[in-house]
Amino acid sequence: MIRLIKNLVDLYKYRVLIQNLVSRELKARYRGTVLGFFWSFFNPLLLLTVYTVVFGFIIMPRDPAFESSPWMYALFLFCGLLPWQVWFSSSSLESANVLIIQGNLIKKILFPVEILPVVVVTSNFIHFLFGLPILLIFVPILGGHYTPYLLFLPVVIFVQFVFTLGFSFLVSSLTVHFRDIKDILANLLTFWFFATPIIYPMTFSTVQESSLLKNLLNLNPMTHIMQGYQSCVFYGELIHWKRLGVTFIVSLVLLLVGYAIFDRLRDSFPEEV
Amino acid sequence: MVAINVDQVTRIYQKYSAQHRFKTFKSAIVKGDFFKSLRPDELVAALDNVSFKVEKGTTFGVIGENGSGKSTLLKVITGIAKPTSGSVRVDGKISALIELGAGFHPEISGRENVFINGIMLGLSKKEITEKFENIVRFAELEEFIDAPVKTYSSGMHMRLGFSIAINVNPDILLIDEVLAVGDASFVPKCLDRIDDFRRRKKTILFVSHDLSTVEKICDRVIWLKHGKIQTMGEPKRVVDAYIQDVAEKQEEDFERRQQEVEAEEKFEEERRENRWGKREIEIKKVRLKGLDGTEKHVYSPDEGMVIEMDVLAYSQIKDFAFGIGIYNPKGICCYGTNTQLEEFKAQSVEGEGQVVCQIEKLGLINGTYYLDVAIHKKDGYPYDYHRNLYSFLISSTKKDVGILRPKHSWKFSSGIKIQAPSTEEK
Repeated sequence: MIRLIKNLVDLYKYRVLIQNLVSRELKARYRGTVLGFFWSFFNPLLLLTVYTVVFGFIIMPRDPAFESSPWMYALFLFCGLLPWQVWFSSSSLESANVLIIQGNLIKKILFPVEILPVVVVTSNFIHFLFGLPILLIFVPILGGHYTPYLLFLPVVIFVQFVFTLGFSFLVSSLTVHFRDIKDILANLLTFWFFATPIIYPMTFSTVQESSLLKNLLNLNPMTHIMQGYQSCVFYGELIHWKRLGVTFIVSLVLLLVGYAIFDRLRDSFPEEV
Repeated sequence: MVAINVDQVTRIYQKYSAQHRFKTFKSAIVKGDFFKSLRPDELVAALDNVSFKVEKGTTFGVIGENGSGKSTLLKVITGIAKPTSGSVRVDGKISALIELGAGFHPEISGRENVFINGIMLGLSKKEITEKFENIVRFAELEEFIDAPVKTYSSGMHMRLGFSIAINVNPDILLIDEVLAVGDASFVPKCLDRIDDFRRRKKTILFVSHDLSTVEKICDRVIWLKHGKIQTMGEPKRVVDAYIQDVAEKQEEDFERRQQEVEAEEKFEEERRENRWGKREIEIKKVRLKGLDGTEKHVYSPDEGMVIEMDVLAYSQIKDFAFGIGIYNPKGICCYGTNTQLEEFKAQSVEGEGQVVCQIEKLGLINGTYYLDVAIHKKDGYPYDYHRNLYSFLISSTKKDVGILRPKHSWKFSSGIKIQAPSTEEK
């Protein structure tokens, strides 16, 4: 246990390498495209547009929080969509592949494998950071207000970082042995997305009326992380300290378990990838 | 001072079958006994109780057939793979020329890749900036360094990888058969660098199939066979033992091929393209032997060969000559003769008989050779002609070129300083 924590802290040693690999990832991703880095901005915007048209204008949200305005709903949607889609979901999917794609590094040179999931999560985190100013610019445009509670955003981001990293360690190491996980994960993420209050608010009447649904949603750690973003940006209220605190502890446990499994399977990577 | 100490290292590889994998997945989900069920169903020992020490400042060679565990050994020493049992201790900074440019990202430029690869190999950013010029110049890639690596040829890729790895300035250099891809001008440059390393008293572990280079540059050699150390010691002795072993294996191959030829012959006797003639006199069997009379197919250039033919004449024939021809793989006739050319006077032959042609010394260079044997009339009309049906191998560490090796020696006047090869070939 202590060794595991020490190893995790040791990741700091590799910061220069991580930094370089992340910048390589970012550079390589849009190399050869005409718009290049702007895709980091366009991707979340396009996504937002589609969801706003479908759920805001066609389905029409009924919750009082949106004051019957599709634009307010768009802002709410953006709060959850950005961290989920740009950061969590793409990190998880990439983690499932990363050890296999970088098999050469693992097999042929002495390389600290554990930094690969870190690089995946960090580079997607940076994409998320690029999208964050857009979200903030859109707050007044879509009818919201800036509040001092925005200052709590880094706390929420930190909790999500720990959770995403733990999940990435778990997924990346298991996929090496069971390639099926890649396909399972794609479906799981869709299901998970709808099981998290992103396109609907927790205050939605259907959710509030059914205690089963409410309890199930509360068991999902991502629920509290997403609600954290919504509190800071959309509702302009204090984040739910207790719930986020518990989520943070769960995230830490996931990180330790994920890393423990990763560490346990590490020696088999060179043969299996 | 010991630079690398390999102590009773065993490395076992695990094989998982597809069926096993499915079962594992199922039981992992159903029973939750995940780690227990990750047990493999077949074990392969790539290294089996291997121990040796490499002294600081020496060059240590590793030879052996494909699959004998050489690469696994290097992986265990670099730490990429962990030994299943035993221990490896390494004193000093290692740079491994195993897979050159393994970490290159195809989409980004050579320049950026040099930095990232250098950091992976343990250099700091500052060190790389200092060495950058050198790295690029050595790799001869000045013009292309800003192009994405995916546009590089495999040679450019390898040159850049080699150049980075060698500029890491390690205490111990591991080299695994990497020089095979370089072109004619780059390989000598690499060898120069390796020589430079030896002069600076750095430790080198050299894995290669190029036996003459191993013999030349190594101070000690081990020969791995099926994951075990077969012989260890002075290069000449180990290389010779290895060559002998390979020759024995080749001998078996040739024997099998010969048997195949004979078996095939029974089936399509008439249709064989490589055999013609009406067979008034037939060549029943051909045997290749050493001068001592044992059948063999692998010879050293200085050895002699005996060609034995069993012949059968179905009636009494008066006009006949026996001939042989030796061809190299390019189809060039290295030597050909027959009894008529050598002015034997044919009188008569009937029934079974044996013809023996003894070559005192083959005097050919390395390679596979094909043998023609024939019986024909004086005017060339063939009774039985066997075209390239038999083959043998000349095996030697010397790399001379041409067709034949005349017996020769070198002499130098006293003003010329030149060192004779350390040991004479048998």
